Amino acid sequence: MDDCADISLTVNGERVTRRVRARTNLVDFLRDDLALTGSHVGCEHGVCGACTVRVDGRITRGCLMLAVQADGATVETIEGRSDGGHLRDLQQEFHQRNALQCGFCTAGMLLTADELLSQSASLTREGVREHLSGNFCRCTGYQPIIDAIMAVAEKRGIAR
Amino acid sequence: MLAEHGADARILAGGQSLMPVLNLRLANPAVLVDINPVAEMAGISVDQSTVRIGALTRYRDIQDSPIIRQHLGLIADALPFVAHAAIRNRGTIGGSLATADPAAEMPACCLALDARMILESTRGQRTVPADGFFRSTFETALEPDELLTKIEFPIAGPDWRHAFAEFSRRHGDFAIVGAAARARLNARRFADIRVVMFGVADRPLRIDAAEKALLSAANLKEGIAAAQATLAKALEPPSDNQTSSEARLHLARVLLGRALAQFDDAVD
Amino acid sequence: MTQSTLPQPIGASLARPRARRILEGRGRYTDDIVLPRMAHAVFVRSPHPHARLVSIDAEAAKQGEGVIRVITGKEVAEHTQSYSAVHELFAGMRAPRQWPMVVDVARFQGEPVVAVVADTRAHAEDAAELVVIEWEPLDAVSDGRFGMTEDAPVIHAELGSNIAYQGTVATGDVDAAVSKSEHVIGGEFRFGRHTGVALEPRSIVADYQAADRALTVHQSHQSPSQQQDIYSRLLGLDENKVRVNTPDVGGAFGIKQQLYGDELATCILSKIVNRPVKFVADRVESLSTDIHARDHNVRARLAVDRDGRFTGLDVDDCFGVGAYSQYPRSSIGEGSHVLRLSGAAYALEAYRSQLTMVLQNKNLVGHYRSVGHPIAVAVTESLVDQAARKLGIDPLEIRRRNYIPDNAYPYKSHGGFVFDALSQHACLEKFAKLVRYDERRAEQEALRKSGIYRGIGIASFVELSGTGPEYYGKGGARVSAQDGVHVKLEPSGKVRCFPSVSDQGQGTDNAIGQVVAAVLGIPFDDVSVISGDSENAPYGGGAWASRGAAMGGEAAYRAAEALRDNVLLVAASILQARPSDLAIRNGAIVNAADGTERMTIAETARIGYFRQDLLPPDLQPEFSVVRHYVPRRQPFVISNGIQGSYVEVDVETGFVTLLEHVVVHDAGTLINPMIAEGQIRGGVVQGIGAALYEEILYGDAGELTTGTLADYLVPMSFEMPDILVDHVNVPLAGSILGAKGVGEAGTAGSSAAVLNAVNDALAPLGALITQIPMTPERILRALGRVP
Repeated sequence: MDDCADISLTVNGERVTRRVRARTNLVDFLRDDLALTGSHVGCEHGVCGACTVRVDGRITRGCLMLAVQADGATVETIEGRSDGGHLRDLQQEFHQRNALQCGFCTAGMLLTADELLSQSASLTREGVREHLSGNFCRCTGYQPIIDAIMAVAEKRGIAR
Repeated sequence: MLAEHGADARILAGGQSLMPVLNLRLANPAVLVDINPVAEMAGISVDQSTVRIGALTRYRDIQDSPIIRQHLGLIADALPFVAHAAIRNRGTIGGSLATADPAAEMPACCLALDARMILESTRGQRTVPADGFFRSTFETALEPDELLTKIEFPIAGPDWRHAFAEFSRRHGDFAIVGAAARARLNARRFADIRVVMFGVADRPLRIDAAEKALLSAANLKEGIAAAQATLAKALEPPSDNQTSSEARLHLARVLLGRALAQFDDAVD
Repeated sequence: MTQSTLPQPIGASLARPRARRILEGRGRYTDDIVLPRMAHAVFVRSPHPHARLVSIDAEAAKQGEGVIRVITGKEVAEHTQSYSAVHELFAGMRAPRQWPMVVDVARFQGEPVVAVVADTRAHAEDAAELVVIEWEPLDAVSDGRFGMTEDAPVIHAELGSNIAYQGTVATGDVDAAVSKSEHVIGGEFRFGRHTGVALEPRSIVADYQAADRALTVHQSHQSPSQQQDIYSRLLGLDENKVRVNTPDVGGAFGIKQQLYGDELATCILSKIVNRPVKFVADRVESLSTDIHARDHNVRARLAVDRDGRFTGLDVDDCFGVGAYSQYPRSSIGEGSHVLRLSGAAYALEAYRSQLTMVLQNKNLVGHYRSVGHPIAVAVTESLVDQAARKLGIDPLEIRRRNYIPDNAYPYKSHGGFVFDALSQHACLEKFAKLVRYDERRAEQEALRKSGIYRGIGIASFVELSGTGPEYYGKGGARVSAQDGVHVKLEPSGKVRCFPSVSDQGQGTDNAIGQVVAAVLGIPFDDVSVISGDSENAPYGGGAWASRGAAMGGEAAYRAAEALRDNVLLVAASILQARPSDLAIRNGAIVNAADGTERMTIAETARIGYFRQDLLPPDLQPEFSVVRHYVPRRQPFVISNGIQGSYVEVDVETGFVTLLEHVVVHDAGTLINPMIAEGQIRGGVVQGIGAALYEEILYGDAGELTTGTLADYLVPMSFEMPDILVDHVNVPLAGSILGAKGVGEAGTAGSSAAVLNAVNDALAPLGALITQIPMTPERILRALGRVP
């Protein structure tokens, strides 16, 4: 299965053209071919959420998509979302509340929280816990992450 | 492509079920057919009698759809239990149905909703009712050269109510046991009912005996008890790492009771 | 020195500078490191728990696309010494010889056998599938208690049996106490084997330079100095030519504290192929070969007199440790803590604890967060709660009656330790208020009447951390119990520190930086902490036994003090003052008496580095200082705490809802309370995982059946409670900072608290569980709901 294909996509606002092996998954492509190592690999079976990226505006497990499938797509990783200033308030709250320790889950947490906040009119703590339940964190016990997201929700006037 | 490669080819839709298998090297298909670009296979439409969902429609879009909320409330209620947001953003209903995991929510809902599967191949198109589509664990009526393109759901009248429940170890996990039920009510009594359970066998099961028990019971409370009592004969649940067959049967009984109790405010 | 007299920012909940770049996606973990011509290694592993290696056919593999070399365990063994880990404090402990990979017999499923080195990981995995190995399966030992018997096959012929250690600790006459006491509460406890599941799997990049006979290793590990020592000794390299760099580490928890055969082999692979080689374990490999923990079967009894006073505790622990003893510390750690810490919170006249450490054909057991405490605490606290129920005494009250009295310190524990003043009573009273205990009990009572079963579970714990040299050094293990910090003043007045303690996210860098800023008298933001690289850090222990802040902080304190004195010496010379009249505050040299600013530290540094002509000829400015610290007063730092879990059990399904969790802990001085609380919360959730979800399961043929995160269940956010944390602060005696360890406290008591809570909920129904994890099925069976 070492067939190759040429793909052309937008990654963090930049046009990228590459030849990829058909079997390479998206997160490996981003990390190995584009050196965007901010997205992490924790399980390769879609359970831990460390590989979360945004594809065409929606969060996606980077390990469950092939790079060839991203041909023509708009992909954003933590580096792009962060540099574009989209995560500033979340990053601030995460930092002040120690909502990351080893940091390996953090990119996934931020992107998932970002999507949740942008698509919610009203958020409860329980709702945040539910939405984040697909992102594994071993270090923090989750509480400061929930606190940080609720603090941003507060600032945006959507906290209940 | 399927006609050419048959069993050597696998369909890649949302990838949420297939990619883990490939990543773990549990399968090594010679050909992957990526159907994501087939735009006409995604989308939701409705007319007087039928809701049609393209097989490639993402869970997220089904969840966001007012048509589904209005006409297929059972599916709307089941979707929050399907994995997690990132999976639902990409996973498709067709993928879940074609994968046919015995503990999955969508196959059970389709069975409870009397859905019809539209299968297409170079040889033509055929329709298979949900009852008959799910054969066994990871096995459906799909021939190697066939593609599930669409699912049709008959629109139920306003006198139909539904109930959904499942037990899982953690939110978003595959169910240990689950139940998808819908019923037509007449003067606060069950006039017609579908009771489907999943996680209890190698495919979703309609529990005929439970349905009969509910239809003939004097009231909901007795009906639920009678329905629960049918499970010991009706089910021979599987065992796995987490849960033995006996415990699964017990949980199925409890779950059925709780799912049916959701009809409490509509039935005497 | 109490916390209030230590200068700021000691005690401040400052955010971690190290977190900033990670928040922006610029973490630098081992797999992010790419070196020129770097190759990738994949290991073929034994599918059998016990089998003789008959033959290896790698011909097809060698032809694989991108394959550079295929190397067997036998070849790898030629490049290294073998190793075995005994611990001489435990007389009679035996450990088998171990090679990094299988040479002739595989003794656990997952043991590496063949290494494939290729240009990409995918190509290496493809080729690995083509390696054909013939095995002769042998009878395997799985269960610990069976492994102890004479019927069991002997795993290592050289040892003659599977018993690696047997030992007893006894005080008084426990048999007499049992026979004369009014009540004896006994039970058999089973603890599910589980593992750390750091989100970042084990990762290593080894880079051997033949010309210099030098080895540089980048790896996800807790102890760079230790690995430098191990690699140089085993591989026969000069120690000053071995560098181990541990960059950002995605979680460790004790899993990344020891030597792994596949990691040592990766270093050898680099030497063989003469280019850098990377190995990253995938999740299946992690679950099967990261060290496991907590595989104990414990029989215990608590003797209690009619007034509810505990008269004796008798513990028998059968501890399965897998196929080898983990290196370098040996696998005795968990067993040792059960041996000596069971019942530690209580004043017992009679105590006996017996440990049998048994080898099995399973993956190795090592040190996972809180090492043994969860077992000792769960056994003890469950018996205590059962005693309370039997005698009709409130569980808090029975503990009050039996704690070591506040006036009994220093106290010689029945396990053989000397405890400085513990604060158990203070923690308990604070706890009772915090959880509104009486209210909760009333609530529980009322809800029971409507068929809702809630439980309150309490777990007291005495905790050992900060291991000193009397334990490892004296035990013959080359584990350094001392740490050092190098503090360097730059000409601009900013400071760099290089501690030998390392940071995997627990915030040790912050502790170091805050101590240095506080003692030196400069803003926290002017201090950079660079850690994790054996090439620039002093030699030290690294991160384990919750020592980072406590031990590293102590060294940082001393180093900063010395640097401050050196700076003031130069400043005094410039200002024509006496050093004792000056101080440094907020980066300025001031009059100690009234705070008048005289000059800046930057100005002093500039002169000291560039204008020595302005200084007296005999004054040599020393703006770079290293100080080390080793704890000598006690073999361990001893602290205490109490945890409470409030649960609701759905008795029809066996599902447990965690309503609330509370911890009151005494960690002495808290250098950074927010970081300390983060450690406690994270630790609590790991213990909850052990109590309800996590279990490594092997099938009948010894094959791992929990190889993915879909089978091995870890706590996710939805099911976890909010965790309330409060503190009692009794500074550690004999240290300047007074900080005790805090990293493991959460895990020490949380599974016991949840176990007790569930049992408290089920008590009215006559059910009792003494096995964790408490799966819904196990709860249903205890309730008799499932035949």
